[in-house]
Amino acid sequence: MSLITLRRQYLDGETTPSETLAKLALEIASRDPETGAYLSHDLDLALEAAARTDVSKPLGGIPIAIKDNINTLGQPCTCGSRFLEKNYTSPYDATVIRKLKEAGAIPFGRMNMDEFAMGSATENSAFQITRNPHDHTRIPGGSSGGSAAAVADGTAFAALGSDTGGSIRQPASHCGVVGLKPTYGRVSRYGLVAFASSLDQIGPLTRTVEDAALILQAVAGHDPLDSTSLDAAVPDYSAEINLGVKGVRIGIPQEYFGAGIHPGVRENVEHRIKQLEDLGAVIVPISLPHTEHAVATYYVIAPAEASSNLSRFDGIRYGNRAPNPADITDLYHQSRELSFGPEVKRRIILGTYVLSSGYYDAYYTRAQKIRDLIKHDFKRAFDTVDAILSPVAPTPARKLGSCAEDPLQDYLADIFTIPANLAGIPAMSVPCGTTSFDGSDKLPVGIQILAPHLGEAMMLRVAKSIEDLSLS
Amino acid sequence: MDISSNLPQMSHAHIDVRYVAKLARLDLTEPEIAVFQPQLNAIISHVESLSAINLPGATAATDTTRLSPMRDDKPHPSLPPEAVLLNAPDQAQSQIRVPKVVADA
Repeated sequence: MSLITLRRQYLDGETTPSETLAKLALEIASRDPETGAYLSHDLDLALEAAARTDVSKPLGGIPIAIKDNINTLGQPCTCGSRFLEKNYTSPYDATVIRKLKEAGAIPFGRMNMDEFAMGSATENSAFQITRNPHDHTRIPGGSSGGSAAAVADGTAFAALGSDTGGSIRQPASHCGVVGLKPTYGRVSRYGLVAFASSLDQIGPLTRTVEDAALILQAVAGHDPLDSTSLDAAVPDYSAEINLGVKGVRIGIPQEYFGAGIHPGVRENVEHRIKQLEDLGAVIVPISLPHTEHAVATYYVIAPAEASSNLSRFDGIRYGNRAPNPADITDLYHQSRELSFGPEVKRRIILGTYVLSSGYYDAYYTRAQKIRDLIKHDFKRAFDTVDAILSPVAPTPARKLGSCAEDPLQDYLADIFTIPANLAGIPAMSVPCGTTSFDGSDKLPVGIQILAPHLGEAMMLRVAKSIEDLSLS
Repeated sequence: MDISSNLPQMSHAHIDVRYVAKLARLDLTEPEIAVFQPQLNAIISHVESLSAINLPGATAATDTTRLSPMRDDKPHPSLPPEAVLLNAPDQAQSQIRVPKVVADA
């Protein structure tokens, strides 16, 4: 059921937020032991909120699952890490949570994720794996894998995730749901535990495009508590969502359709593009020539920022502290060594390396310059097109455990999602069909829509047209 | 930090994992170093593809984050001390307790 349908049922008196929460808790108890999307959920706390909620508000009484790296007052926020398993209860609400509550929503459930959002399979969670609801032997994608899997599994109506290099869009694609990464600065990052601050954005994972617009509407806007927050008016994201694509100029970047794409992914994406053309969209071949350097650029900038951001996890003010340190330095070393998982350690070491004296210019400064070239690729493209379409991921969801020994292979699979983070532009994933590895399975495929800075309204409009084609 | 004293050749992707981990306040175990060393060498090799790119006139991306103007330099309410101390692993007298930082004379 979509948020819009649920909201109508509340307004018509067919059900209540308390009944909905109780049913949802039963669904979680029945299905989530297998899927593993939830790290925790507090029904009593949610029922208290439900008793006070005003269903006439835009998200009145609607439960929304929260990725476990977004602070929600009085709730855990583990970030999928042993470091925050104990000695951490959120002392405040992230701005997105405050805004959701003001819109009447009920944050319900803490969703599994790769540790500190580092990963693309949710296999790097310190606590549990999450399985793809479409095939339990496969990954849900990541790092917002818990959020995507729960929405796909029917154990959440909608969720918030965070996206640093594709962590909303790729799991949305693998799980067959809608996932939206807003323009950098459109949604406040205050209260999101920072991974890579110049790339991170919070966004919704939902069952429909209209639901994504509804949540974006509630959480977007300027926030004085985030210095990178954009002070720009928030348009009505639903106003033009049904205008269709007639006359809309859609760019198809040749670099996103090269070798290495699974044939079923290519077929689904190209089929949708053809259908949009039939509806009157103007399809324009374009080039984004620096795409091939995006992954290498990202794996300098993101670990550099992560190594700095994660220095706050020192065992002093919160989180895990080693029991018997010899001195203060030993306390830092032991607390971090005992608590961080391998992927987090790898990225901290990588980031420390590229920022170190003697290497800084060779890696970090150079990566920033190439980031600028990638950004200009998009700027040039958006001089001639309104939106860009591409695959989200080169393949459907891989098998659980199939990439554990070779992190670089997982990194390279982020090639289509990383450029939007580097450029700071909005991008979203919408289901566009299913495909199979061997004929016996049926795995979701997502199509990615990219738009210029603050172009979310056009992006949603194209997304809605694609969704309508899928339903027809 | 400065690790230029043992700079490896850029063309031979190599990262002294043990040394960099210490800089990052991580005490890796020997098995961890054995696993990470080839993985990080492979990642650095990939990252080094950036060194081949011609950068005529490219400037470092400084405005990607499009910083908003600074807010007024005025005090604002912040978390009360009890909320700050809520998660402290060790505390005494409304302060966070840590091991001695300065050694005895």
